[in-house]
Amino acid sequence: MFDQSLAKTIFGRLTWESFPYHEPILVGTFAVVVLLGLAIVAAVTKFKLWGWLWREWLTSVDHKKIGVMYIILAIVMLLRGFSDALMMRAQQAIAFGPNEGYLPAHHFDQVFTAHGTIMIFFVAIPLISGIINLVMPLQIGARDVAFPFLNSLSLWLTVAGALLVMASLFIGEFSTAGWLNYVPVANLQNSPGTGPDYYLWSLQIAGLGTTLSAINMVTTIIKMRAPGMTMMKMPVFCWTALCSQTLAIAIFPTLTAAFAMLMLDRYLGFNFFTNDLGGNPMMYWNLVWVWGHPEVYVLVLPVFGIYSEITSTFTGKRLFGYSSMVYATVVITILSYLVWLHHFFTMGSGASVNSFFGIATMVISIPTGAKIFNWLFTMYRGSIRFELPMMWVVAFMLTFVVGGMTGVLLAVPPADFVLHNSLFLVAHFHNVIIGGVVFGLFAGIEYWWPKAFGFKLDRKWGLVHFWGWVIGYWVAWTPIYIVGLMGTTRRVRHLDDPTLQPWFVIAAIGAVIIAIGIAAFIIQIAVSIRNRDKLRDTTGDPWDGRTLEWSTSSPPPPYNFAFTPVVHDLDAWYDMKQRNAGRPKDGYLPIHMPRNTGMGVILSGLALVLGFAMVWYIWWLAALSFAALIAASIAHTFNRNRDYYVPVDEVERTERGRQPLLTAGA
Amino acid sequence: MAKIPHPAAAEQAPTFYVTEDDHAHAGSPTILGFWIYLMSDALIFATLFATFGVMSTSFAGGPSPREIFELPLVALNTALLLISSITYGFAMLALDGGKVRTVQAWLLVTGLLGAAFVGVELFEFGTLIAEGATPQRSGFLSSFFTLVSTHGLHVTVGIVWIGVMLVQLSQSGATPENRRRLLCLSMFWHFLDVVWIGVFTFVYLLGMIR
Repeated sequence: MFDQSLAKTIFGRLTWESFPYHEPILVGTFAVVVLLGLAIVAAVTKFKLWGWLWREWLTSVDHKKIGVMYIILAIVMLLRGFSDALMMRAQQAIAFGPNEGYLPAHHFDQVFTAHGTIMIFFVAIPLISGIINLVMPLQIGARDVAFPFLNSLSLWLTVAGALLVMASLFIGEFSTAGWLNYVPVANLQNSPGTGPDYYLWSLQIAGLGTTLSAINMVTTIIKMRAPGMTMMKMPVFCWTALCSQTLAIAIFPTLTAAFAMLMLDRYLGFNFFTNDLGGNPMMYWNLVWVWGHPEVYVLVLPVFGIYSEITSTFTGKRLFGYSSMVYATVVITILSYLVWLHHFFTMGSGASVNSFFGIATMVISIPTGAKIFNWLFTMYRGSIRFELPMMWVVAFMLTFVVGGMTGVLLAVPPADFVLHNSLFLVAHFHNVIIGGVVFGLFAGIEYWWPKAFGFKLDRKWGLVHFWGWVIGYWVAWTPIYIVGLMGTTRRVRHLDDPTLQPWFVIAAIGAVIIAIGIAAFIIQIAVSIRNRDKLRDTTGDPWDGRTLEWSTSSPPPPYNFAFTPVVHDLDAWYDMKQRNAGRPKDGYLPIHMPRNTGMGVILSGLALVLGFAMVWYIWWLAALSFAALIAASIAHTFNRNRDYYVPVDEVERTERGRQPLLTAGA
Repeated sequence: MAKIPHPAAAEQAPTFYVTEDDHAHAGSPTILGFWIYLMSDALIFATLFATFGVMSTSFAGGPSPREIFELPLVALNTALLLISSITYGFAMLALDGGKVRTVQAWLLVTGLLGAAFVGVELFEFGTLIAEGATPQRSGFLSSFFTLVSTHGLHVTVGIVWIGVMLVQLSQSGATPENRRRLLCLSMFWHFLDVVWIGVFTFVYLLGMIR
């Protein structure tokens, strides 16, 4: 008796039974993860890389390194999220009639919840943050972001959230309530386990990081542009990043508040979203979708920016309709805030409300269509180079337009009443997210990889990567559109009607083709690193680019530009090349830079411990880590050693060293 | 509209790089960044206000505002917070004059007024809970307690921040960093005042006439 209460005090509700050692799939996964982890630790120890890792990466406040780390996190999480997808496709391909498949219902529910949560919060968002971090300061001619320490903290908070989600795989369980953790399933009485708590804590921690990062990026764009770069001379990618991150600042507080209320419901017995005592579950749906719909645009707007940069570069032309592109982006930003209710027309809010939200949704397709035409007109009569980034742009246009059209179809309330919660809807949003966001992020990675690392990616494996994704996407999702239109509902583990099975088998084959694409992507990176000398970019400008990031070496020095560029034209670097703008070769000045700090890692580590302790009701640990979090934050304000000057002779040395990496004469 | 450079301007061999010390060109971005943060915080409050709006009549058979709110107490609290904003203003005026001791004194007064505010709020909460009007009782009470205590929590953070600034000021005086921090804290403190006026109006006053 005494032992039991003591164990409860020390470990909360964590017991041996919390570890899923009776689930062979999870034990196998765990073994692989442990082996991989040990191999990495052993390798880092053997090559004595711990100090290097800590000094050069973990504590770095350099926006380029932070961007790269965001992208690494996203690729690792993509593998996890895609494994979930393969498991679901395999289950749905075999579970018909008497065959129950191989996944128990409770496990299947966790798999689809984890898949959506991870793909949006820990793949798409970090990739967007990563590319914005990597590219935007270079494009505006800045030496770093406005708040370099905050940038590091944002990254590590996101990592802490991802770790907490991953922990739920092996300790306890994850939520079964869908990727937005819907009530009433996620209410305490229906989900007494740790699942929704893991979900809430991990997303609160990561969401804080995303909000801080968004504030940082917006401030950077507004305050730190190079002289001469007026708002309407800013590269389109920066415009889309500005709109996307402004939108993120406008929506994440709502999500934070909604999650906080659900936490109060679950931990303290409040009645926000309960079914009795005046609670209102639909309030939760409204609040999370006030976040959720604009979030789609937080993801897709920067990607539209990526497509714009690539189209302009690879057709060798100024972007068609720059100002209409900017206005379209701003209009989408505003409209996206006014459409959330189309996610639940079936709530029953009446014809007038549904009409408003239906029409607002359809109206978004107008500025989006304008963008598509702008890209087409940019390509029209251009000398198009079909390098890998440009191929992704074309695949995007062909794929995304279909997703856009099914979206307009779903925006019609009567049609939505039929298709709500069907696989047609699931196919629609995978169509826009894969065909829009994912393709664009791959395009961006192919395009800016040489800038980040100094060598191009291998083309042969890049083609396998490309065709695997494009063919795989269509094979996997066309059948889902079809069965969805016939009325199959989403999140179903087992179906009775055997005539549907062929469609699901085709979808599973498509998923395998996508898996080949993902494998080719990893191989492409490995092969490119091995052949980096052959793929080396010795100009800083491998694609004949038009914007400022191509005016410095690849990779850029820590301070990006020894001399801040002065901007006279929209395509600033193209303009400089046209007018033979020579880079000064002497007269260097000391450069003011932020100092590295480990505080981002420390604070995020404490936040991770706090989240874990709260999930498992380990109150003493939660109190301790919370107190430590506050103390460390306050202590950090007394750190007065935050910046330094790179001395002139070091700047000179660096600049001489990178001369061979720059376009001759420019 | 992307402008085509004026031919005359192009002929004058424009400069493409800043070759002088350009460090002075931009002011600290912190003030703008903090403003944006405050706007995001305002949206958290907006969400809580909206939820309160939806749930303000979800009594579930429990107490209604008129039965539990004590307006004189809330009026006292409103006065405390409004006066603390004035005293913070005095601190900023003293900062302009460079009088660090005076700044510290006014900050201390502001912090004490804030602490009194939080104390009265806790007393109010204690009374409500003792009467059985707990946050678990109804949707209305859940949203009431959450909205008001989120504001109270912000005031508490502000008090801690004031404490940190008192130490910072005595350690390093009115340095540019400390001036910047006091300016941010000033915005934060006045922001909480504005939010409280919303709480006082929409929660307490409207609750009493409903």
